[in-house]
Amino acid sequence: MSDTTDTGPVLAADGTPLKRSLARALRMQKLRALMLIAPLLLFVLLTFILPIVDMLFRSVENQIVSDTLPKTVAELQEWDANSGELPSEAVFAALAADMKIAVEEKTHTRLGSRLNYEKTGLSSLFRKSGRKVKRWDLAEDAPFKEKFIDIDKDWGDIEVWRTLQTYSPKLTNGYFLNSVDMQKGVDGPEARPENQQIYMTLFGRTLFMSLVITTSCILLGYPVAWILANLPSRTANLLMILVLLPFWTSLLVRTSAWKVMLQQQGVINDVLVWLGLVGDDARLVMINNQFGTIVAMTHILLPFMILPMYSVMQTIAPTYLRAAKSLGATNWTAFWRVYFPQSVPGIGAGSILVFILAIGYYITPEIVGGTKGVFISNRIAYHISSSLNWGLAAALGTILLAVVLILYWAYDKIVGIDNVKLR
Amino acid sequence: MKFTKLTALALSTAICAPMAFAADMADEMTIVSWGGAYSNSQQKAYHEPYMEKTGVSIINDESSAEAVAKLRAMNEAGNVTWDVVDVVAADAMRLCDEGLAMEIDPDTMLAPAPDGTSAADDFGDLLVSECFIPQIVYSTTFGYRTDLVGDTPPTSVCDVFDLEAYPGKRALEKRPINNMEWALLCDGVPKAEVYDVLETAEGQERALAKLDTIKDSVVWWSAGADTPQLLADGEVVMGSTYNGRLFSVIEEQDQPVAMLWDAQVFDLDGWIIPAGLSEERKARALDYIYFATDTQRLADQAKYISYGPARQSSAPLVGKHEELGIDMAPHMPTDPENAKNTFLYNYEFWADYRDDIDAKFQAWLAK
Repeated sequence: MSDTTDTGPVLAADGTPLKRSLARALRMQKLRALMLIAPLLLFVLLTFILPIVDMLFRSVENQIVSDTLPKTVAELQEWDANSGELPSEAVFAALAADMKIAVEEKTHTRLGSRLNYEKTGLSSLFRKSGRKVKRWDLAEDAPFKEKFIDIDKDWGDIEVWRTLQTYSPKLTNGYFLNSVDMQKGVDGPEARPENQQIYMTLFGRTLFMSLVITTSCILLGYPVAWILANLPSRTANLLMILVLLPFWTSLLVRTSAWKVMLQQQGVINDVLVWLGLVGDDARLVMINNQFGTIVAMTHILLPFMILPMYSVMQTIAPTYLRAAKSLGATNWTAFWRVYFPQSVPGIGAGSILVFILAIGYYITPEIVGGTKGVFISNRIAYHISSSLNWGLAAALGTILLAVVLILYWAYDKIVGIDNVKLR
Repeated sequence: MKFTKLTALALSTAICAPMAFAADMADEMTIVSWGGAYSNSQQKAYHEPYMEKTGVSIINDESSAEAVAKLRAMNEAGNVTWDVVDVVAADAMRLCDEGLAMEIDPDTMLAPAPDGTSAADDFGDLLVSECFIPQIVYSTTFGYRTDLVGDTPPTSVCDVFDLEAYPGKRALEKRPINNMEWALLCDGVPKAEVYDVLETAEGQERALAKLDTIKDSVVWWSAGADTPQLLADGEVVMGSTYNGRLFSVIEEQDQPVAMLWDAQVFDLDGWIIPAGLSEERKARALDYIYFATDTQRLADQAKYISYGPARQSSAPLVGKHEELGIDMAPHMPTDPENAKNTFLYNYEFWADYRDDIDAKFQAWLAK
């Protein structure tokens, strides 16, 4: 043994050190593998990762203010918002010059809608001012301070200028603050007024309800998967179709079906009234609340729980149970100590699938959730399609993504991702 | 020689003719609208006659509900695939603000009335934005189940807030617009002062407090088809929705539902042309708009759906329903009998206060 350490590195046939030669061969192999997956990698990168990153970047992006009003933003840096005085004439002159260009390019109303998210009234202020500024002559009409205040007294409001100053940097944390029910105050971040706080409630509710849905999927799915795995394969295949049939039906159809079932004049209530279990005037409220969302989503996500459980349970040999019983275990002990631990990877896989799917669910809560059963994704959808506040939508989305990743990491630490079997 | 020259000339004209046609106007266009009975009425009243007249093929897209977001995305991608888009006036204003819609000059781009009145005068106040070409006046109003309200049917919008006289669930839209106004009206604020009160934080609190009194009995809807369905199922006693939807529940589906026109909120729906179209597509879109918003065409649409034409000159031409054969005039929101007490939606106000009040409204809903 001591001989080899004395003679230096081991050489390959061509005289190069074996270690280097091996590394080169491995590198070649890795490169070839990379080349093989390159088309897919590029495709995913270009059509999936990049758009997502671009969308998420909107949560901090705020170029519109300095792009539309470059001179004003530069002049405004000197101004102290806490001085209690309006900005100087130089700022107003810069604003007039900027607005003149902005009106020509029709970007001033756009800036108005952007700033209106932060301070109510700026949308019409910019629209209105644009119409007037259009007719001004920059050289002759100075000074502008009085003129702007003449258009709208809001230009004489320090808060308007403070908003403009606060949101003039190219990057902002305003959207993120907003998505955790905070706002940019006079001295740093502060909590929003209580009657405007909603996002933390929604995040909490989304997590809580997803957890409840996952748990009820486990409770309902486990026995089904067990039966499927232990029946002769012909019967099992037939029953499998029953599991898969709803899986193949449109999501909207299933959600609407639950509406018909659960509403107050719906099938379940009608049957209960007919049986005399509830009075006609005391029909149960089972929809447009959390209960409705949980029931409908549990049903919709159930196949995602049953399928991984089934595939894991199929691999558990029945001989283990028989061996346990022959050694004197009761049915329960045999199940709990022998069978159940082997089926845990299936539960793990199913849970993570169901939970992550549930957390981003949108259409089902929208239809059956009413006001108390909606998720954070419903608000994200609202800001994307209705209020057009894409920055806030991106911030909410980023937080949601981060929460999922953290949970995934925690799950990996506790359960171990190696214990999960998807097939 | 002469013969070949002639042939060549004939041939070249034959080849060039369609090209010349294509060079100044596109021969295919995508029109975006709301779908359902509404798109159907446009198909019958506008698209079919226009296709017959010009030979253009029209592709229908039912994306109006998310038109603003999609147009913004298309604009950012630099590929606008829509030629004419049907949106509500508030969305038209936003699209105009965002620079996503083209500005329209009504006097040169729209047809004058038959008697020579200019388009600008014929549409009058309804031209609420530089980019907007009004098409219909619709209203958001209440309908109620005639068999569930007892012997005294509701007559006032405030009956919606009266749980004692009219117990049962109500359907309201899941957004502050209209609901806040109705709440204030029924809390004793005079009609003329509603928006002044709603401007203040106390006024907003007051409206929410009024809505709080019925909150537990409200089913919140987000799609226009929800309330008609809820009424037909007997899930709710009364509910707000667009008047045309109630018309089809009452007249076409024959359900025991009646209209409560009191304090109906007028709103407008119309066309915009997206900004950044190529010259030939723009020419085609403008040509279509000129045709589809003339006096006769607007009156024709009212044969299929109970929305009021936006031109004053169209009103006398409104006739009978194409299939049911009933007179359409009494079903129009603008009919004097129905319009005894109406409320005009304030676009400017909601453009400013929408985000602020919506945040409070949603926080209130989640409580």
